[in-house]
Amino acid sequence: MNRIESKFNELKTKNKKAFIAYITAGDPDLATTQKIALALEKAGVDIIELGVPFSDPLADGPVIQAASQRALAKKVTMRKIFAMSASLRKKTEIPLVFMTYYNPVLRYGLKNFFYSCRKSGVDGVIVPDLPHEEAGELIKRGHAENVATIFLVAPTSTKKRVKDIVRSSKGFVYYVSLTGVTGARKKLPQDVAAKIRVVKSVSDKPLAVGFGVSTPKQAAMLAKIADGVIVGSAIVKMVGDRNALSKVSRFVRQLSRAIHEA
Amino acid sequence: MLPDKRGYFGAFGGKFVPETLMAALDDLEAEYSKAKRDRLFAKELDFYLKEYAGRPTPLYLAKRLTKFCGGSRIYLKREDLLHTGAHKINNTLGQILLALRMGKKRIIAETGAGQHGVATATVSALFGLKCEIFMGDEDIKRQSVNVFKMRLLGARVTPVHSGSRTLKDAMNEAIRDWVTNVRTTFYVIGSVAGPHPYPMMVRDFQSVIGREARAQVLRMTGRLPDYVVACVGGGSNAMGIFYEMLKDSVKMIGVEAAGLGLKTGRHAATLCDGSIGVLHGSKSYILQDDDGQIRIAHSISAGLDYPGVGPEHSYLKEIGRVKYVAVTDKQALEAFKALTETEGIIPALESSHAVYYAMKLARRLPRSKNIVICLSGRGDKDIDIVRGAL
Repeated sequence: MNRIESKFNELKTKNKKAFIAYITAGDPDLATTQKIALALEKAGVDIIELGVPFSDPLADGPVIQAASQRALAKKVTMRKIFAMSASLRKKTEIPLVFMTYYNPVLRYGLKNFFYSCRKSGVDGVIVPDLPHEEAGELIKRGHAENVATIFLVAPTSTKKRVKDIVRSSKGFVYYVSLTGVTGARKKLPQDVAAKIRVVKSVSDKPLAVGFGVSTPKQAAMLAKIADGVIVGSAIVKMVGDRNALSKVSRFVRQLSRAIHEA
Repeated sequence: MLPDKRGYFGAFGGKFVPETLMAALDDLEAEYSKAKRDRLFAKELDFYLKEYAGRPTPLYLAKRLTKFCGGSRIYLKREDLLHTGAHKINNTLGQILLALRMGKKRIIAETGAGQHGVATATVSALFGLKCEIFMGDEDIKRQSVNVFKMRLLGARVTPVHSGSRTLKDAMNEAIRDWVTNVRTTFYVIGSVAGPHPYPMMVRDFQSVIGREARAQVLRMTGRLPDYVVACVGGGSNAMGIFYEMLKDSVKMIGVEAAGLGLKTGRHAATLCDGSIGVLHGSKSYILQDDDGQIRIAHSISAGLDYPGVGPEHSYLKEIGRVKYVAVTDKQALEAFKALTETEGIIPALESSHAVYYAMKLARRLPRSKNIVICLSGRGDKDIDIVRGAL
């Protein structure tokens, strides 16, 4: 069993939901990323998503775009992020998931990529510009190295697509709460709860909801219906601030309480 | 017939987009295939191409340019004479008629040089549709006249400040908007790039160029041309003139932008100097570094300043059907001057790349050979750049 699956199982026995936090690797530098990752775990995060920056992140809003640009300006590469993950893995057993785009993975080579994932203790991968029908090779390679391939379901996905996506996913299914790019929203769509229930009705895998989630209140509402809640931009926005570590920790503790007590 | 069901031309193409857009692409494909079989749709498109855009465009024997080069005969397919000044409107009319069929009330598009933006704003005005154009900040500076035109036409022009602030980033932003407003919005892609079915659809709408040119050249010379030459950024005018002659024994040359020179790394010659990757929804040749980050392209011509290329061109390169070459900024300017002075035709800087290569070709080929250039657009929009460069 992979660390992601174990984590969801463990939480399930405690009747708790998963808190998944996203940060962009290398923003402002990789040493800070490692510190923040450890602080996230301490503050109650269950799974960490590490954004591997890409020059053209078309599924991301302004906050993560800017974070990616900052990281790339510091010459952060996939290889360096693998090295950082390996060093992080020596300190913690928290599940790590890469979120990136298809071109950097393709360039690295699918076989090498998943080999490096396993070697560095990376447990899963999310590639938002890779729909499941283009992902045959990725799924095969990921499976061979016991790395979870996590696919996204959107509010616009047809019922047939939802079924196929659930079948292709390992670890968990990522439900995109809204039509749009990543980034904090004041309000989530009215029908988000109903949509999640529809996906859950055809899924035997844990379902985590992301995109737009930025407040403990939103997180608590989603934790009542989904198996996990993903928060990204709202955290990334604080990473660049002065006293980022304590600020992020405080905010994440609030989110953690909201999700775990829901 | 290509592409296959999954939108592949050999190893190139496909659909690499966020899940949110997948259903919309399926809907678009279904509607396009219905429209293709619908006589009324073809009739309506033909009507607007003829009465509104000014088709057919002439195939013109450039006698003085031919004499100037002293070799093969050079013919110009005059897409520059179309309404809005470039071939772009062939595709824009097709896609917006499709948008109307699908009941979409809002149109978005990306633009580099502004030609596709102007064409989209124009046809949106014609049908009373709301229109928003995404354009890189850098291009807005380079192409201020086109920006003003789009605004006059009632479009909203949204500057894009991310990345290289050119066409690539405008396309990212247009895709982000489409992901957000997918239920109400039709995305008019201007080149034979993007996810399936766009490369196929744009090629089909542009193939009118080659269909006309083929018939015209047969009528004028009694045979098919020896060479067809067109510039390639994303590659829509080239695909348009090549497509109907792919089965004929006509040599084809796609001319990319070599910018400051292929060796300087500051160019937009994706097929000549790129490698295979995924950008903006399809697998094709792209300009990238060792880590798979997209490189910033450079060309004096905003319309060619793009680090990707349509997947069908990658396929045609791979099977050796089309030869791809590259022409520098300086050489394009030279051709710009030559065509202006010998024929009284001011070409777009994009098209000037094709003109340069055709002139070079004409010089070393005998008088008995015929070369057709796709003169994809006119140069009015480039006057300031040329004034600065000469």
